Amino acid sequence: MNSRYFPGKQGLYDPQFEHDGCGVGFVCNINGKKSHDIVTKGIEVLEHLSHRGAVGADPETGDGAGILIQIPHEFLLKKSKENKISLPKIGHYGTGLVFLPTDNKDKNFCMNLFKKIAGEEGQKFLGWRDVPTDSSAIGKSARKTMPFISQVFIGRNKNLGNQDAFERKLYIIRKQVENNIRSSSIEQKTFFYITNLSSKTLSYKGLLKPSQLRGFFPDLKDKSIQSSLCLVHSRYSTNTFPTWDLAQPFRFLAHNGEINTLRGNINWVRARERLLSSKLFGTDIEKLKPVIVEGGSDSAAIDNVFELLILSGRSLEHSMMMLIPEAWEHNKFLSKELKDFYKYHACFMEPWDGPAAIAFTDGKNIGAILDRNGLRPARYIVTKNGFVVMASEVGVLDIAPQDIKISGRLEPGKIFFIDTQSSRIVHDCEIKKNISMSFPYGKWNSSNMVDLDKLVAGGINNKKSEDITSQLKAFGYSREDLKMIIKPMAEEGKEPTGSMGNDTPHAFLSKKSQVLYNYFKQLFAQVTNPAIDPIREKLVMSLESFVGPEKNILETTPEHSHKLMVRNPILTNGGFEKIRDISINGFKAKTIYTFFDATDGKEGFQRALERICFEAEYAIEKKYSFIILSDRGTNKDNIALPMLLATSAIHQHLVRKNIRSQVALIVESAEPREVHHFALLFGYGADCINPYLAYETIEYLIGEKEINLNLKKALFNYNKALKDGILKILSKMGISTLRSYRGAQIFEALGLDNGFIEKFFTGTVSRIGGVALEGIAAETIQRHNLAYPKKGMSDPYLASGGVYQWKKDGEFHLWNPESIAALQEATRNNDYARYKEFANMINDQSANPTTLRGLFKVKKVNSIPIDKVESAQNIMKRFATGAMSFGSISRGAHETIAIAMNRIGGKSNTGEGGEDPNRFITLPNGDSRRSAIKQVASGRFGVTINYLVNADEIQIKIAQGAKPGEGGQLPGHKVSEIIARTRYTTPGVTLISPPPHHDIYSIEDLAQLIFDLKNANPKARVSVKLVSEIGVGTVAAGVAKGHADMILISGGDGGTGASPRSSIRYAGLPWELGLSETHQTLLLNNLRSRVRLQTDGQMRTGYDIAIAALLGAEEYGFCTAILITMGCVMLRHCHLNNCSVGVATQDDILQKRFRGKPEYIVNYFHFVAQELREIMASLGIKTIDEMIGKTELIELKKNIISLKAKGIDYSGILYKPDLPRNVGRYCKSGQKSGLGSVLDKKLIKMCKNTFKKNEPTKISVEIKNTDRTTGAMLSGEVCRKCGDGVLLEDTITCKFKGFAGQSFGAFLAKGITFELEGMTNDYVGKGISGGKIIIYPDRKSNYEPDKNIIIGNTTFYGAILGEAYICGVAGERFCVRNSGLYAVVEGVGDHGCEYMTGGRVIVLGKTGRNFAAGMSGGIAYVYDKDKTFENKCNKDMVELEKVEEKDKDTIYHLLHNHYKYTKSQKAKRVIENIDNELKKFIKVIPIEYKRILEEVKIEERLGLTEGYDG
Amino acid sequence: MGDPRGFLKIARQTGEYREVSERIQDFEHVAKLRPEKKSQEQASRCMDCSTPFCHWNCPIGNYIPEWNDYMFHDNWQAAFVLLNATNNMPEITGRICPAICEYACVLGLNDDAVTIRENELAIIEFAFKNKLVKPVIPQKRTGKKIAVIGSGPAGLSCAAQLNRAGHNATVFERDEKPGGILRYGIPDFKLEKNIIDRRIDIWEKEGIIFKTGIDVGKDYPTNKLLKEFDAICLAGGSRVPNDLNIQGRNLRGIHFAMDYLIQANKIAAGALHKVSAGVRRSSVADEKIPTNELINAKGKRIVVIGGGDTGADCVGIAHRQRASSIVQIEIMPKPPECRSEDYPWPQYPLILKTSSSHEEGGERHWEVLTKRFIGKNGFVKRLVCVKVEFVKKKGNSCPVMKEVPGSNFELDADLVILAVGFSHPEHSGLLGELKLEFDKRGNVKTDNNYMTSVEKVFSAGDMRRGQSLVVWAISEGRRCAHSIDKYLMPARQGSSGGGESNLPSI
Repeated sequence: MNSRYFPGKQGLYDPQFEHDGCGVGFVCNINGKKSHDIVTKGIEVLEHLSHRGAVGADPETGDGAGILIQIPHEFLLKKSKENKISLPKIGHYGTGLVFLPTDNKDKNFCMNLFKKIAGEEGQKFLGWRDVPTDSSAIGKSARKTMPFISQVFIGRNKNLGNQDAFERKLYIIRKQVENNIRSSSIEQKTFFYITNLSSKTLSYKGLLKPSQLRGFFPDLKDKSIQSSLCLVHSRYSTNTFPTWDLAQPFRFLAHNGEINTLRGNINWVRARERLLSSKLFGTDIEKLKPVIVEGGSDSAAIDNVFELLILSGRSLEHSMMMLIPEAWEHNKFLSKELKDFYKYHACFMEPWDGPAAIAFTDGKNIGAILDRNGLRPARYIVTKNGFVVMASEVGVLDIAPQDIKISGRLEPGKIFFIDTQSSRIVHDCEIKKNISMSFPYGKWNSSNMVDLDKLVAGGINNKKSEDITSQLKAFGYSREDLKMIIKPMAEEGKEPTGSMGNDTPHAFLSKKSQVLYNYFKQLFAQVTNPAIDPIREKLVMSLESFVGPEKNILETTPEHSHKLMVRNPILTNGGFEKIRDISINGFKAKTIYTFFDATDGKEGFQRALERICFEAEYAIEKKYSFIILSDRGTNKDNIALPMLLATSAIHQHLVRKNIRSQVALIVESAEPREVHHFALLFGYGADCINPYLAYETIEYLIGEKEINLNLKKALFNYNKALKDGILKILSKMGISTLRSYRGAQIFEALGLDNGFIEKFFTGTVSRIGGVALEGIAAETIQRHNLAYPKKGMSDPYLASGGVYQWKKDGEFHLWNPESIAALQEATRNNDYARYKEFANMINDQSANPTTLRGLFKVKKVNSIPIDKVESAQNIMKRFATGAMSFGSISRGAHETIAIAMNRIGGKSNTGEGGEDPNRFITLPNGDSRRSAIKQVASGRFGVTINYLVNADEIQIKIAQGAKPGEGGQLPGHKVSEIIARTRYTTPGVTLISPPPHHDIYSIEDLAQLIFDLKNANPKARVSVKLVSEIGVGTVAAGVAKGHADMILISGGDGGTGASPRSSIRYAGLPWELGLSETHQTLLLNNLRSRVRLQTDGQMRTGYDIAIAALLGAEEYGFCTAILITMGCVMLRHCHLNNCSVGVATQDDILQKRFRGKPEYIVNYFHFVAQELREIMASLGIKTIDEMIGKTELIELKKNIISLKAKGIDYSGILYKPDLPRNVGRYCKSGQKSGLGSVLDKKLIKMCKNTFKKNEPTKISVEIKNTDRTTGAMLSGEVCRKCGDGVLLEDTITCKFKGFAGQSFGAFLAKGITFELEGMTNDYVGKGISGGKIIIYPDRKSNYEPDKNIIIGNTTFYGAILGEAYICGVAGERFCVRNSGLYAVVEGVGDHGCEYMTGGRVIVLGKTGRNFAAGMSGGIAYVYDKDKTFENKCNKDMVELEKVEEKDKDTIYHLLHNHYKYTKSQKAKRVIENIDNELKKFIKVIPIEYKRILEEVKIEERLGLTEGYDG
Repeated sequence: MGDPRGFLKIARQTGEYREVSERIQDFEHVAKLRPEKKSQEQASRCMDCSTPFCHWNCPIGNYIPEWNDYMFHDNWQAAFVLLNATNNMPEITGRICPAICEYACVLGLNDDAVTIRENELAIIEFAFKNKLVKPVIPQKRTGKKIAVIGSGPAGLSCAAQLNRAGHNATVFERDEKPGGILRYGIPDFKLEKNIIDRRIDIWEKEGIIFKTGIDVGKDYPTNKLLKEFDAICLAGGSRVPNDLNIQGRNLRGIHFAMDYLIQANKIAAGALHKVSAGVRRSSVADEKIPTNELINAKGKRIVVIGGGDTGADCVGIAHRQRASSIVQIEIMPKPPECRSEDYPWPQYPLILKTSSSHEEGGERHWEVLTKRFIGKNGFVKRLVCVKVEFVKKKGNSCPVMKEVPGSNFELDADLVILAVGFSHPEHSGLLGELKLEFDKRGNVKTDNNYMTSVEKVFSAGDMRRGQSLVVWAISEGRRCAHSIDKYLMPARQGSSGGGESNLPSI
């Protein structure tokens, strides 16, 4: 609705990038028995999920809440009488709440339209009922935008055959009313919204907090409101401009999650509209278009399509399986029929990809589905008397333990479905079996689908370019492309790795001719949804696609599967020729060449673009199934269009004409060579790509003996590197299939003209404008001229490139030999004059514009004497160093930085990987090696309670500039004794940091982690590190609402110890954009005064800091510059462990070469502060706080911008929102801790004797799901007061009863035992640091523990040490990244023991799929009674063995404890018959770990060393 | 990179010189060509730094890490192509360049630098041996004619680059043979002249016209030059020597170094000193040097004034002429043996250089100021010298020289060579006729595009920048050629501000 009361797009803020996370749930009576109690319970569920929602600056305005119930006929009958409406019997009228304009004229316009259209559609308009509302309790901002709410009634025409036909009519009426009002000229258009119009369901919702719903709609208190089901939703928007219409549930569903592929899905739906037809709708189908209403949320869009599918005759389950198919491609456990079903429907549409828990209902049945990777929690309880509650958490309703029949959870890709008519829960397998058997999909597929791999090749066209050097030059290949990109890919089959950051000019500023790809940056998931690990979780990933003309998605015919199945979209020459020559079953291909005549220049360029679009349209008319876009044959006379431009231009053109789905786009191009290029081509619409020149280059390199492999192997490797690289790019956005990624446009353009983008890359964000068609054409022609010079001779070699390595004739680098030497000299000799020379080399970019800030200058106004400016000492407190782990840099370097930062009062950062507790002790000379900032990253290495307690700041690293959305890996050979010790693992064991934090899949999860950390150390501030990209501002607003104290916006150019080269270069945006967007968004939300902002990413000089402050940052991070002062000369060898100056290496010999000193760093920071002070003086500014956000002091140096980018527009960056005076412009108030009423405060009081005298304490308390993070604050106190690991086992024992909230027992310290009788939610025992956790079902319950869920997802994540005994089943991701916990559990979901590096786990029951993925250490014992385990285990890194005698003690001991603590009957049975039962265990042991254990054993025998273990 | 840990496994090892006792018998190369395998092994020490300071410090921007890598991997052809891309005469720099690159080698920070110069030599000699160095004749000619005046390294590389771009270059040289200072200034034992001939031969085949024995301005009218050519590059060097105007300077037996070296080189090139029959010598017609003009150190006590490279070359010549004693004196203090704090890495440091000539014998003295020459019968016999010291004053100002009281001493000398540098090019003749502007130091003044004050007349090399290194002369010649190309063919340059052309700019 985008009400005018809320900010529209302004500055860098764009409302389309709002995200939401939420709570979702339903209650129902299986028998379909209606009652008011169900409605009340539903609302109660909603209220108990309120901590998953959020509030912004106005604490009384929620982000939206609502319910969807069956039509409460009795109630409506009563009410309609009051309104003099005569209501027919149930099912014969449709109704729904309508949000109307408050202005009478506009309101009447809308109301009349209903009447008119209902009449036109032959239905009877019955009347309106004003819905009573009480707005006294709702928030100010909600009230300001509150619409007039009225309920419409429409009666069914008797001639309509049935209720479903009536539902369709209501749908048509609603769509037409919506379309009419959208195209009308009424002023308050944005107020108008139809919540629902149905004869089956009714929804109440609004911009409310869950607790306000009942009060706002007095209707809901009426006992005659009855339903047998109630679907509920509470919204957590990242932003505080949520609107009334985006509250959920929608018409058929409520969604907790995020559709990552939304742009693509919307485009593809649009592309299919031309073909829509349905007997059920007849000619009415035209009235439904557009199917998706633009401007809604992702959830609204999927609801739009879901609705269409259902109303055109498909069932709820069937439709959901089409939209969100489970990961079927590599699933060994699915039946052939089901796989055929999915394959058949993959020909209809791409998956709507992203984390999702969706609850849906049509008023009769109700169900829920989870996305293919299970990235949202969904727990349910079924009682013995036929009541079901499903919600994001367990414990949202009080249910007597003895009534519980089933405690379950929704599993990845599974459907939970209740058929109220037959009064039963229909299991996932039954639903899917029935649906998959309803048509002979398998037969249809086998007779219609064409498998590319099985097609017989025609004559292979083996023509090679006559002159490869000229071809390479014409397409802009440099020597670096060959040496550093193509060659390593062909040799190693992996994307090449690099290190350090990017310090070259942005494409639009570069003086070198740029290929179009360089203007685009990859987007990535952060906070609101997780990236995926495409390696360890490859079971959900797929590159398979079904290409070719699509059919009408509303029909089901055998011909629908007449598509070309392509397993690998990067075609070999052979595969490509097959498509060119295709003629099977009427398939035919048309080649369109992308050339223009060299003599036609820029006009030719433009004309060629128009020509190819026209030719494509014509080809569709002529029923061609494949369009081949080709640039083969480029020569001195023919210049090729940039292939990316050609592809996207055609794709967008065909989407606009609604005919894109009728053809496949096959690209045959010399241009793409690196992963980023391919991703862009797919992202902008290519179906398949044949990179012929890259292939030829490999052949050439083999001929040159540059690659010592045979061609077949080299091509295979190259192809594999591309495939893996594309999967990585997909996964960093949380997308798992190429089908969904295609056309999804997951990129941001930097420095491209908006008109150009709107025309050819429609919908892509480009925030500063820039190079237009003319400039792109000029660059293309320029490359061609270099390849085919008109006179003289062409060089027999390619250009240097100089992007990855500095070259004299290559791309410019800010870190170049001169600037490096100058900085080193200045800091070593404490020579400020030399520093100023250095600063000038960086700041004055007139000769080589490089950074966005390089185009700025600060205005000279009212200067003041420098001694009036805040002191350097004061300023330096705002300085921090970036997170460089000990592991990526050497010990000497790491400690030198810490000492220097402590000397100046700044903050150093541990980086991921813990910190040696010895460093917490101050050195005799007063220096301290303790890092003030303790980072918490996805691997959670060394994150113990002691580590957290010793922090001044705890930083949650969501992303890193050099590789946002990607994980990391420290290979075993780099894990030395000392690194292993600080990371609590075994030397030699590979350590994997997963791409996402497994306890942050959504914004509410991040809020939970912040809460956890604040509990662990209430004195430390908690910061969240984000990376600049479009939408980071709205994410930051969500983070601010999640109570972070500081938000760090990192630039995409920041450094790294090891990242794929393409990620260093192409992922993430400059901090100037991210910072400015964040500052503006927080201001608009009035959240700015709550948080501090920090920024980093290639900060070098005082001028950089000045710009950062003027754009809104209070604090500043430095990294590369620090390394350089310590001796780094940018070898960029960090990833090779080969740093010749000892900075970034763990090699003993090389570490000795380290010559860095804290003094150098101290000197450097003094210089930076001094330079900054000089600038402040020149601006007449006394303190940094005064400076924050004063963008009016920045000017643009227009004269240094190159000709091609003259169109640049910086106004968005410099935009200052117009705000009331009382809105704080920098951090003043800070956050409220939110720790006021945590249970731990009570526990701590009860433990006073332990703290005073180390005496044991015994506690017994009740616990609820709103008691979250129980144990963390207590553990922090123990650590602080008693010391780390000092207390004896069971010194403090707490017995809890009930449903515990999230993060139960997080970071539990040694000496504390938690015993829970009941159940609990996600994140149990995260980071457990020596404590003991015992959980068993309520003694009164009588379900079987090993078949029912007792703890949630992602439990014991990053566990350090301790014991856990869980009498019941755990959800997904049990013991993820366990370092040393010993645990027993009676069953686990998918991804059990993922990334585990140590410890022991016994699973006394079934496991889910992908067990032990990425497990590099520790041992798991799985009780595999029915011998099904092997297929569920990911054996990439582990071996399965029989249990040996030596394992017996461990198993016996742990099971014995398990029985002792939990009274597990299963454990009892096993230990009573241990010798026999032992045979049923399978031992899962990582191959690497096993080897190390054996080596240790040998050494022990030789008496060389003491044993160690995880 | 060759071998990621090569620098930890292999130590720096430079090539060998012939035994002193053997080499002072002749004028042939003192350095032995290093076996290819050895060079490959040394190349493995290169770390392929992503910020290659060697490449940065090299005036012509040799792609050092890249060709080191190629060589290590046995891809000599590719190494040669890249070497050839930036350097028109690597066989020359590979022999006589002081290798400022090596002083900037990152390995040099805490270890010994890579033997870059010798690696370069290995590549180009491999290329010659395996016939990879071939004349490449431009397919298309622009029709533009350019005169290059002077055939030293600046003129030659300028002409070579212009020719590659399709222009017609004519090189004028007033001496008998092209090469300038390469041929006449550098002794054969450092650079045998067939090395130059080998290269000239290729250039002639590529189409460069060499007109030797023509002193433009004298033998060839300036007007004609300006009329016949579209552009002119002045690359005549900086030959006016610095003098030592002290008492006794006019005594006989006191010569400028360049006169001594030129004569020695001409003699070596001729038949006077045919040493071993097996070696092909450049067959210059015997230079008839009148006996009274002969400068020969045989049996004489020789003093070389000036501690630089030129002085060292004179020392080497003197050894071969069998001087009875050799003393080299230098006014500046003896430099440290390794890099001092005054010259932090990656700067080219002032350090003590011991050339092959020094190894061959003689004495060296530092901080010596020559006060006057004392002669007998008009011939020089002694030098009166004094020890000096350099006193640093407050602040950053340069140290001031002070004579050490009472430190006077004398040196016997029958022959004195003045090797105290050059001041500027000859202002009379061509430069005078063109009425060119000069800079403060008396060198030809140009704009940033190497154009002099006269339209279409360019200048490069020592004539423009003053006395410098051969590698700088090559760089100047190349850059000047680039500017001339831009001047002559403006339309050919990149169309959208890219500034890239098909001529290498480095």
